[in-house]
Amino acid sequence: MKNEMKLSFLSVSENEAFARTAVAAFVAQFNPAIDELADIRTAVSEAVTNAIVHGYKEEKGYVHLTVKVSDDRVVYIQIKDSGCGIKDVKRAMQPLFTTAHDDERAGLGFAVMESFMDKLDVKSKYGYGTKVNMKKILLSSENEEY
Amino acid sequence: MVNFMYEERRITAGIIGEIDHHNAAMMRRKIDMELKERVPEEMVFDFERVTFMDSSGVGLIMGRYRLMNEIGGKIIIKNASDRIKKVMKLSGIDKVARML
Ligand SMILES: Nc1ncnc2c1ncn2[C@@H]1O[C@H](COP(=O)(O)OP(=O)(O)O)[C@@H](O)[C@H]1O
Ligand SMILES: [Mg+2]
Repeated sequence: MKNEMKLSFLSVSENEAFARTAVAAFVAQFNPAIDELADIRTAVSEAVTNAIVHGYKEEKGYVHLTVKVSDDRVVYIQIKDSGCGIKDVKRAMQPLFTTAHDDERAGLGFAVMESFMDKLDVKSKYGYGTKVNMKKILLSSENEEY
Repeated sequence: MVNFMYEERRITAGIIGEIDHHNAAMMRRKIDMELKERVPEEMVFDFERVTFMDSSGVGLIMGRYRLMNEIGGKIIIKNASDRIKKVMKLSGIDKVARML
Protein backbone atom coordinates (compact mmCIF):
# COMPACT_ATOMS: atom_id res chain seq x y z
CA MET A 1 0.00 0.00 0.00
CA LYS A 2 1.14 3.54 -0.47
CA ASN A 3 -0.36 6.79 0.66
CA GLU A 4 0.28 10.50 0.86
CA MET A 5 -1.07 13.54 2.70
CA LYS A 6 -0.60 17.29 2.81
CA LEU A 7 -1.37 19.74 5.55
CA SER A 8 -0.97 23.51 5.78
CA PHE A 9 -1.45 25.36 9.02
CA LEU A 10 -0.74 28.72 10.57
CA SER A 11 2.45 29.28 12.57
CA VAL A 12 0.92 29.32 16.04
CA SER A 13 2.48 27.22 18.79
CA GLU A 14 -0.76 25.28 19.43
CA ASN A 15 -0.14 23.64 16.04
CA GLU A 16 3.05 21.95 17.25
CA ALA A 17 0.96 19.31 19.02
CA PHE A 18 -1.57 19.23 16.17
CA ALA A 19 1.09 18.57 13.53
CA ARG A 20 2.92 15.75 15.33
CA THR A 21 -0.38 14.10 16.30
CA ALA A 22 -1.72 14.33 12.74
CA VAL A 23 1.44 12.79 11.26
CA ALA A 24 1.43 10.01 13.86
CA ALA A 25 -2.24 9.24 13.11
CA PHE A 26 -1.50 9.08 9.38
CA VAL A 27 1.55 6.84 9.75
CA ALA A 28 -0.28 4.59 12.24
CA GLN A 29 -2.19 2.92 9.37
CA PHE A 30 1.09 1.23 8.39
CA ASN A 31 1.35 -0.47 11.78
CA PRO A 32 4.72 0.95 12.76
CA ALA A 33 6.45 -0.13 15.95
CA ILE A 34 5.63 2.07 18.94
CA ASP A 35 9.20 3.37 19.02
CA GLU A 36 9.21 4.20 15.32
CA LEU A 37 6.04 6.21 15.73
CA ALA A 38 7.46 8.02 18.75
CA ASP A 39 10.65 8.83 16.79
CA ILE A 40 8.58 10.35 13.99
CA ARG A 41 6.38 12.29 16.40
CA THR A 42 9.43 13.81 18.09
CA ALA A 43 11.21 14.72 14.85
CA VAL A 44 8.08 16.36 13.41
CA SER A 45 7.63 18.34 16.62
CA GLU A 46 11.20 19.66 16.30
CA ALA A 47 10.90 20.70 12.66
CA VAL A 48 7.47 22.31 13.06
CA THR A 49 8.58 24.16 16.20
CA ASN A 50 11.58 25.50 14.29
CA ALA A 51 9.37 26.78 11.46
CA ILE A 52 7.13 28.55 13.98
CA VAL A 53 9.76 29.83 16.43
CA HIS A 54 12.68 30.64 14.11
CA GLY A 55 11.20 30.78 10.62
CA TYR A 56 8.23 33.04 11.26
CA LYS A 57 9.05 34.39 14.75
CA GLU A 58 6.34 36.94 15.60
CA GLU A 59 4.93 36.95 12.07
CA LYS A 60 2.17 34.60 11.02
CA GLY A 61 2.65 32.41 7.98
CA TYR A 62 1.83 28.93 6.76
CA VAL A 63 3.77 25.80 7.59
CA HIS A 64 3.40 23.14 4.88
CA LEU A 65 3.73 19.51 5.78
CA THR A 66 3.82 16.55 3.40
CA VAL A 67 3.97 12.89 4.35
CA LYS A 68 4.46 10.10 1.82
CA VAL A 69 4.71 6.43 2.57
CA SER A 70 6.04 4.16 -0.16
CA ASP A 71 5.26 0.51 -0.92
CA ASP A 72 8.40 -0.58 0.86
CA ARG A 73 7.39 1.16 4.09
CA VAL A 74 9.59 4.21 3.82
CA VAL A 75 8.11 7.38 5.32
CA TYR A 76 9.12 10.66 3.69
CA ILE A 77 8.28 13.84 5.58
CA GLN A 78 8.76 17.39 4.40
CA ILE A 79 8.23 20.48 6.56
CA LYS A 80 8.43 23.79 4.74
CA ASP A 81 8.15 27.41 5.80
CA SER A 82 8.47 30.71 3.95
CA GLY A 83 10.04 32.42 6.92
CA CYS A 84 13.41 34.09 7.40
CA GLY A 85 15.58 31.21 6.22
CA ILE A 86 18.94 30.11 7.60
CA LYS A 87 22.20 31.89 6.72
CA ASP A 88 24.55 29.02 7.50
CA VAL A 89 22.79 25.65 7.57
CA LYS A 90 25.86 23.65 8.51
CA ARG A 91 26.44 25.81 11.56
CA ALA A 92 22.73 25.80 12.51
CA MET A 93 22.76 21.99 12.52
CA GLN A 94 25.60 21.70 15.00
CA PRO A 95 24.42 20.35 18.35
CA LEU A 96 23.83 23.08 20.98
CA PHE A 97 23.88 25.88 18.38
CA THR A 98 20.93 28.21 18.82
CA THR A 99 20.05 31.78 17.92
CA ALA A 100 17.33 31.91 20.58
CA HIS A 101 19.11 31.62 23.95
CA ASP A 102 16.66 33.99 25.62
CA ASP A 103 13.84 31.70 24.70
CA GLU A 104 15.60 28.76 26.42
CA ARG A 105 16.06 26.81 23.23
CA ALA A 106 18.51 23.97 23.76
CA GLY A 107 20.00 24.00 20.27
CA LEU A 108 19.20 20.32 19.89
CA GLY A 109 16.33 20.24 17.41
CA PHE A 110 18.41 19.16 14.43
CA ALA A 111 20.38 16.74 16.60
CA VAL A 112 17.11 15.10 17.66
CA MET A 113 15.86 14.88 14.06
CA GLU A 114 19.16 13.39 13.00
CA SER A 115 19.31 10.78 15.72
CA PHE A 116 15.63 9.76 15.57
CA MET A 117 15.22 9.56 11.79
CA ASP A 118 17.14 7.60 9.15
CA LYS A 119 17.90 10.62 7.02
CA LEU A 120 17.75 14.39 7.43
CA ASP A 121 18.25 16.98 4.73
CA VAL A 122 17.89 20.74 5.28
CA LYS A 123 17.68 23.26 2.47
CA SER A 124 17.30 26.93 3.19
CA LYS A 125 17.45 30.20 1.37
CA TYR A 126 18.20 33.18 3.56
CA GLY A 127 15.27 35.58 3.38
CA TYR A 128 12.97 33.05 1.67
CA GLY A 129 12.42 30.02 3.85
CA THR A 130 13.44 26.54 4.87
CA LYS A 131 12.69 22.99 3.77
CA VAL A 132 13.37 20.04 6.03
CA ASN A 133 13.21 16.56 4.49
CA MET A 134 13.30 13.48 6.65
CA LYS A 135 13.06 9.80 5.99
CA LYS A 136 12.19 6.92 8.28
CA ILE A 137 12.27 3.27 7.30
CA LEU A 138 9.57 1.26 9.06
CA LEU A 139 10.66 -2.26 9.87
CA SER A 140 8.40 -5.15 8.96
CA SER A 141 4.88 -4.99 10.25
CA GLU A 142 3.53 -7.45 12.77
CA ASN A 143 0.06 -7.30 11.31
CA GLU A 144 1.15 -8.03 7.77
CA GLU A 145 -1.69 -9.17 5.53
CA TYR A 146 -0.96 -12.29 3.53
CA MET B 1 0.57 20.80 33.94
CA VAL B 2 2.87 20.80 36.96
CA ASN B 3 2.11 19.54 40.46
CA PHE B 4 4.32 20.55 43.35
CA MET B 5 5.28 18.63 46.46
CA TYR B 6 7.32 20.06 49.31
CA GLU B 7 9.61 18.37 51.83
CA GLU B 8 12.04 20.35 53.98
CA ARG B 9 14.30 22.16 51.51
CA ARG B 10 13.23 20.16 48.49
CA ILE B 11 10.61 20.82 45.85
CA THR B 12 9.37 18.06 43.59
CA ALA B 13 7.80 19.20 40.34
CA GLY B 14 5.64 16.45 38.92
CA ILE B 15 5.20 17.23 35.26
CA ILE B 16 2.04 15.95 33.63
CA GLY B 17 1.43 15.67 29.90
CA GLU B 18 3.45 16.75 26.87
CA ILE B 19 6.54 18.97 27.09
CA ASP B 20 6.92 20.90 23.85
CA HIS B 21 7.71 24.54 23.07
CA HIS B 22 4.08 25.58 23.53
CA ASN B 23 3.63 23.95 26.96
CA ALA B 24 7.15 24.60 28.24
CA ALA B 25 6.51 28.34 28.57
CA MET B 26 3.69 27.79 31.06
CA MET B 27 5.65 25.12 32.95
CA ARG B 28 8.65 27.41 33.21
CA ARG B 29 6.56 30.22 34.73
CA LYS B 30 5.01 27.92 37.32
CA ILE B 31 8.29 26.31 38.34
CA ASP B 32 10.15 29.63 38.56
CA MET B 33 7.46 31.07 40.81
CA GLU B 34 8.00 28.19 43.24
CA LEU B 35 11.78 28.53 43.03
CA LYS B 36 11.66 32.23 43.81
CA GLU B 37 9.25 31.80 46.68
CA ARG B 38 10.91 28.85 48.39
CA VAL B 39 14.57 28.90 47.32
CA PRO B 40 15.01 25.13 47.76
CA GLU B 41 18.28 23.22 48.04
CA GLU B 42 17.00 20.50 45.78
CA MET B 43 14.68 20.62 42.82
CA VAL B 44 13.34 17.26 41.70
CA PHE B 45 11.70 16.83 38.31
CA ASP B 46 9.42 13.83 38.23
CA PHE B 47 8.84 12.63 34.67
CA GLU B 48 6.61 9.72 35.55
CA ARG B 49 3.54 11.27 33.93
CA VAL B 50 5.25 12.91 30.96
CA THR B 51 3.78 11.44 27.77
CA PHE B 52 5.93 13.33 25.25
CA MET B 53 9.04 15.46 25.29
CA ASP B 54 11.13 17.08 22.56
CA SER B 55 14.22 19.28 22.91
CA SER B 56 12.08 22.06 24.43
CA GLY B 57 12.05 19.91 27.56
CA VAL B 58 15.84 19.97 27.62
CA GLY B 59 15.71 23.77 27.43
CA LEU B 60 13.29 23.79 30.35
CA ILE B 61 15.50 21.58 32.54
CA MET B 62 18.74 23.34 31.54
CA GLY B 63 17.23 26.72 32.39
CA ARG B 64 16.15 25.51 35.82
CA TYR B 65 19.55 23.88 36.32
CA ARG B 66 21.15 27.30 35.78
CA LEU B 67 18.80 28.94 38.28
CA MET B 68 19.45 26.28 40.88
CA ASN B 69 23.15 26.56 40.28
CA GLU B 70 22.98 30.30 40.96
CA ILE B 71 21.39 29.73 44.37
CA GLY B 72 23.76 26.86 45.17
CA GLY B 73 21.17 24.10 44.82
CA LYS B 74 21.00 21.04 42.63
CA ILE B 75 18.52 19.30 40.41
CA ILE B 76 17.46 15.68 40.22
CA ILE B 77 15.62 13.99 37.36
CA LYS B 78 13.34 11.14 38.32
CA ASN B 79 11.37 8.50 36.41
CA ALA B 80 12.41 9.58 32.90
CA SER B 81 11.61 6.94 30.26
CA ASP B 82 14.37 5.61 28.00
CA ARG B 83 13.05 7.80 25.20
CA ILE B 84 13.22 10.95 27.32
CA LYS B 85 16.68 9.98 28.56
CA LYS B 86 17.79 9.63 24.94
CA VAL B 87 16.79 13.26 24.26
CA MET B 88 18.42 14.46 27.50
CA LYS B 89 21.68 12.68 26.77
CA LEU B 90 22.12 14.65 23.55
CA SER B 91 22.52 17.71 25.78
CA GLY B 92 24.87 16.24 28.34
CA ILE B 93 22.42 17.19 31.07
CA ASP B 94 22.89 13.71 32.52
CA LYS B 95 26.39 14.86 33.48
CA VAL B 96 25.24 17.80 35.61
CA ALA B 97 22.04 16.40 37.08
CA ARG B 98 21.46 13.21 38.97
CA MET B 99 19.08 10.86 37.13
CA LEU B 100 17.07 8.47 39.25
N1 LIG C 1 12.85 26.84 9.96
C1 LIG C 1 13.87 27.64 10.36
N2 LIG C 1 13.94 28.93 9.95
C2 LIG C 1 14.95 29.73 10.35
N3 LIG C 1 15.94 29.34 11.17
C3 LIG C 1 15.94 28.07 11.61
C4 LIG C 1 14.91 27.14 11.22
N4 LIG C 1 15.18 25.96 11.82
C5 LIG C 1 16.30 26.12 12.51
N5 LIG C 1 16.78 27.38 12.40
C6 LIG C 1 18.04 27.90 13.02
O1 LIG C 1 18.84 26.81 13.43
C7 LIG C 1 19.13 26.90 14.83
C8 LIG C 1 19.23 25.52 15.45
O2 LIG C 1 17.98 24.85 15.43
P1 LIG C 1 17.72 23.68 16.49
O3 LIG C 1 18.79 22.66 16.38
O4 LIG C 1 16.33 23.19 16.31
O5 LIG C 1 17.89 24.40 17.90
P2 LIG C 1 16.92 25.44 18.64
O6 LIG C 1 15.57 25.37 18.01
O7 LIG C 1 16.90 24.95 20.05
O8 LIG C 1 17.56 26.78 18.49
C9 LIG C 1 18.03 27.78 15.39
O9 LIG C 1 18.43 28.43 16.57
C10 LIG C 1 17.79 28.76 14.25
O10 LIG C 1 18.76 29.77 14.24
MG1 LIG D 1 14.57 23.72 17.45
